[in-house]
Amino acid sequence: MASRFHSSSDMKRARGLGSAKAGVHHWWLVRVTAVGNFTLLLWFVASLLLLPSLDHATVTAWIAQPLVAIPLVLMILSTFWHARLGFQVFIEDYVHSDGWKLIALTALSFFLLALGAASIFSVLAIAFGAR
Amino acid sequence: MTMSILHRATGAALLFGGLSLLTWWLVAAATSADAYKLFVACATSPVGWLVLVGLSWSAFQHLCSGVRHLIMDTVWGFDKRTTKRVATATWVMGLVLTALFWAAVLVSRGAI
Repeated sequence: MASRFHSSSDMKRARGLGSAKAGVHHWWLVRVTAVGNFTLLLWFVASLLLLPSLDHATVTAWIAQPLVAIPLVLMILSTFWHARLGFQVFIEDYVHSDGWKLIALTALSFFLLALGAASIFSVLAIAFGAR
Repeated sequence: MTMSILHRATGAALLFGGLSLLTWWLVAAATSADAYKLFVACATSPVGWLVLVGLSWSAFQHLCSGVRHLIMDTVWGFDKRTTKRVATATWVMGLVLTALFWAAVLVSRGAI
């Protein structure tokens, strides 16, 4: 709270406020996506084990079903998001220069967004019958 | 300490190995039968099997040490005896689940 009894500037007070209060949100999202990963990967692995074959025709016919394509997209979102959050902590703990930290976090985001977009696009291409 | 490093190392392996492999598999399936064949040929080569076994162990180990983190979130079991036991349990469970998984793979493919 701004107070007329304090002569310090807004910036000086902002610096003394501690964390950005985003830590708990990050921590919680890691747990939520972890549960999502567990559930969806369990379904994914069990489904692959139950498929009669893992050849191209069988796999694409399997992915083309809406009730497979939808959870598959959700699995991609959950796992990639979890990886983004988890590896962020890795970078924040081991990269100490602010500049390199920013570069590493940005590179991580670009890398996972590129792979995630390619994965989701591939599922949709198969599901919508482009292949 | 070892548990924390292992959780991060397996997590990194799953990010760079697992998610890359998942993307390759899906893109190959969406591209063509030939691209898919190339993926299968690489995945079932000696190096491919080694990578798959390594990634499956990483996934189960990461799952177990992840459950350990959830347990620690509840502030339970911070005495020396319990931390040791839980750490050992994650190792054992990680290896047992990996073995069970590959047994299931062999059964489902009619190899056993």
